[in-house]
Amino acid sequence: MRRRVIGLLAIALLAAACTAGGGDDSKPAATLDPNAQHDPMTLTVWSNFSGREGKVTTQVLESVKQKYPWMTVKHVQGKDDEAIQRAINGGTPPDVAISFTPDNAARYCDTRAWQDLNPNLQADKIDKQAMWPSAIFSYTQYNNLQCALPMLTDAYGLYYNVDLLSKAGFSEPPKTVSELKTMAEKLTEYNADGSIKVAGFMPLFGAYQNSVNTLGHAYAAKWYDSSGKPSLSTDPNWTKMLEWQKSMVDTMGYDKLQKFFGSLGGGDSEWSAQHGFETGKIAMMIDGEWRNAFIAADKAKVNYATAPFPVDDAQPDLYGSGQVGGTIMGIPKGVKNPAESWLLVKYMTTETSALVTLAKGLRNVPSTTESLKDPELNADEHFSTFMKIFQNPKSTFKPITPIGVTDQDLFGSLAEKHQAGKVGDLQAELVKLDDQIAKQLQLG
Amino acid sequence: MATVSVRPPAAEQARAAERRRRRRRSAWRRQLVALAFMSPWIIGFAVFYVYPILSSLYFSFTSYDILTDPVWVGLANYQFMFTSDGRFWTAVRNTAWVVAIIVPLQIAFGIGAAMVLTRVRRGLGFYRTVFFLPTMVPLVAAALGFVFLLNPGGPVNAVLGFLHLPEPLWFRDPAWAKPGLALLATWMVGQTMIIFLAALLDVPRQLYEAADLEGAGPLQRFRHVTLPMISPVIFFSVVIGVINGFRYFTEAYVVSKSGDWDNPVGTPQDSLLFYTSHLYNQGFEGFHMGYAAALSWVMFVVIMACTLLLIRSSRRWVHYQGGFR
Repeated sequence: MRRRVIGLLAIALLAAACTAGGGDDSKPAATLDPNAQHDPMTLTVWSNFSGREGKVTTQVLESVKQKYPWMTVKHVQGKDDEAIQRAINGGTPPDVAISFTPDNAARYCDTRAWQDLNPNLQADKIDKQAMWPSAIFSYTQYNNLQCALPMLTDAYGLYYNVDLLSKAGFSEPPKTVSELKTMAEKLTEYNADGSIKVAGFMPLFGAYQNSVNTLGHAYAAKWYDSSGKPSLSTDPNWTKMLEWQKSMVDTMGYDKLQKFFGSLGGGDSEWSAQHGFETGKIAMMIDGEWRNAFIAADKAKVNYATAPFPVDDAQPDLYGSGQVGGTIMGIPKGVKNPAESWLLVKYMTTETSALVTLAKGLRNVPSTTESLKDPELNADEHFSTFMKIFQNPKSTFKPITPIGVTDQDLFGSLAEKHQAGKVGDLQAELVKLDDQIAKQLQLG
Repeated sequence: MATVSVRPPAAEQARAAERRRRRRRSAWRRQLVALAFMSPWIIGFAVFYVYPILSSLYFSFTSYDILTDPVWVGLANYQFMFTSDGRFWTAVRNTAWVVAIIVPLQIAFGIGAAMVLTRVRRGLGFYRTVFFLPTMVPLVAAALGFVFLLNPGGPVNAVLGFLHLPEPLWFRDPAWAKPGLALLATWMVGQTMIIFLAALLDVPRQLYEAADLEGAGPLQRFRHVTLPMISPVIFFSVVIGVINGFRYFTEAYVVSKSGDWDNPVGTPQDSLLFYTSHLYNQGFEGFHMGYAAALSWVMFVVIMACTLLLIRSSRRWVHYQGGFR
C-alpha cells in the first residue's frame, strides 16, 4: 500500500514537472531593419473580433502589406483571452495577440506572458508620452512593464435626449451628480399604475454600462491606496457614490426600475434597436462612444447629444474626464519571430492611417495623439466628445492587478446587494470586501 | 503393502518444466495481445484522465496561474478555502440548494410525467415526444429562452399580471433566481421521464391485480407496488442527479451573464453563484488555477462521499426483482 502511495505521488510530481511552463524569457528587443530584404512570411494574429468588426480589423491588419510587402497576416477570430493563455502555456502562441480585457494586462505583464515592449519602443525611439495620451498607461502597463499597447480605445460619457430635456425645461446637460439626480427626477414619467414610463436616468447597477467602475470614476474613487492595499472602505468617495446611486434607486423604486428595465428587454436590449435610450424611454445614460454607431445602425429617431458624465459636486475639476480602456495588443512569450511581430504591433498601434481607418470602421476612439487629430472624426460632434474625454489627463482605467476582474466582481456583487437594500452596515461590508480582495491578491 | 515412490527421471522433469514455461509464455503472449488491443484505450485513459487528475492534485498544493511555473504552497489553498474565501460558503449553500431541491423535483416530476404517459391511450408517441423534446434543446439556448420568458417584463409575468398574481423579478431577484432555474430544470426532465416510463411499463400487471384483490387503493398501489418496483431506476436517477447537481454550471452561468457579459459570476447578488461557477471564476477569471484545482478536489471528495452514502443506503430501500444487487 505504502509503495503504491509513493508510486502515485512520484507520478503526480513527474506529471507536474512535465506540465511546468518555461521560465522568464525577457531579453533585449529583437530588432529588424524594416527596409531590408525579407523572405515572405505569415504572421498569425488572434483576436475575439467577429462579424463586421472582424472584417474591418482584418482589412486593416492586411494593409500592413503596403508597408511591408513581404508580410502576410492571418487573422484568426473568435479567440478569447483563455484561448490565448492556453496557447502561450502550450508553447504555440500566436505571433500577435489582441485582447478585449485590459483588466488582464497586469497578469500578462506580471507573468511575462506578454513580452515587455519597452525595449522595442526605446530601440525605435518612440516617445511614449508624446505618442499616447496618459490614460492608456493605466491599462497597458504594470510595474513599469509595457506588455501591451492600445489598438483604439473606449471612453465613457453622458448621452442625453435633447427633446426630453428641452420638454422638461433643460437646455444643458448636468455637470454634477446632484444636478443629474434633480434632472432625472423631473424627467422621469410614471404610468397611471405607478410603473415607470420614461426614466430620467437608469441608475441600476448591471443595467447597460452602469457599474462600480463607470460611476466610481465620477467620484475619483480609489480602488487601491499608494501601498497597493484595497481602499474601498477607506476612500469615502466610494460610500458617497454608492449612497448617491442608491438614493436614485430608492426615489424611483427598486422593483419598478427592475420591471421597467425588463420591459425594455433587459440587458439583451443593449445591442439591439430596443435599447431604452434609442427608443426614447431613457432620457440620460452613461455609455461608451460606440453607442453613436449603434444609434446610426439602428436608424433610431432619438434626437440626442453627448457630454462628459457629471461628476461629484465636491470635485468639479473632474468634469471632462471619464473612464477609458479598450482593446490591447501584445506579443506573447515564445513567439518565433518577435522582431516581425513587433513591426506589426507597431503598425497597428502607432500608424495614424491604420488607426484612423480602424476608428472609422469600428467607431472606437483612436488611441494615439496624432490619430486623435483626424478632422473627419473631430467633425462628428457626438463622437468628438469621447475623443476629448480620452485626452483629458484625469481620464483613467481602474488600476489593473494580477487578479484580473475578481476585484470588480466582488465589488459589483456588494453594490448589487446595496442597491436592493440588502446591506445593513455599508462601511462594515466595505471593510470585509477590502479584506476579501487583499486575500485574493495574496493568493497569487 | 509398502508403497514405492518412483522418482521421474531427470529428462521427464525437464520436459515438465519446459511445458510449464511454454504455458507461461503462451499466457504472457495472450496477455500482450490483449494489452495491444486495449492499448488505444489505455493510452487515452492515461493521457486524458490519469495525467490530468494527478496534475490537478499536484496543482491544488501550488500557487499556479497557468502562465508561470507552479509554486508549492502546501495546504494554503485548502486553508484559504475554508477560512478566508467568503464566496466559497455562498457557493456551497447555493449548490446544496440545487441538490436538495432541484434533484428531487426533477425526479418527482419525471415519475409524475411518466405515470401520466402510462395512462395515455391514444397519441402516446406524440406526448412522449412533447415531453422529451426540451432535452434536445442545447442548454445555453434553453437558458436564454427562459431568460426571455422570465424577464420581469416578459410573457410569463404578463400572464401572471393578467391573472392578478404577483409578478416576481425572477432572474433579477435573488429570492426568485434559483426557483427560475428550478423551472428550467423541470422543463428539461425528458431524459429522466423516459427512463421512468420504461421502468413503469416494466412493472408486472399481476402485481397490481394482486393488490386490487387485496383491496389496495391508488395510493397504496403506488406506495407498495410501483415505488418498490421502480426503486432501482429511482436510485440510478438520484445518483446521477446528485452528481450533476454538484456540477451545476451552464444554465446558471448563462443566466448570470445574460444581457451583460460584465455581470459578476453569480448575478443577481451571488444567488446564482454555484460551486462550479466559483471554481471557474477563480481559475479562469482570477487566474488562481492552483486554488481552482483545490476546489475541484474538495468537490470530488464530497461527490464521492455522497455517492458512497447513497449506495450504502440503497440496501434499505432499493428492491431488485431477482434479488441481485
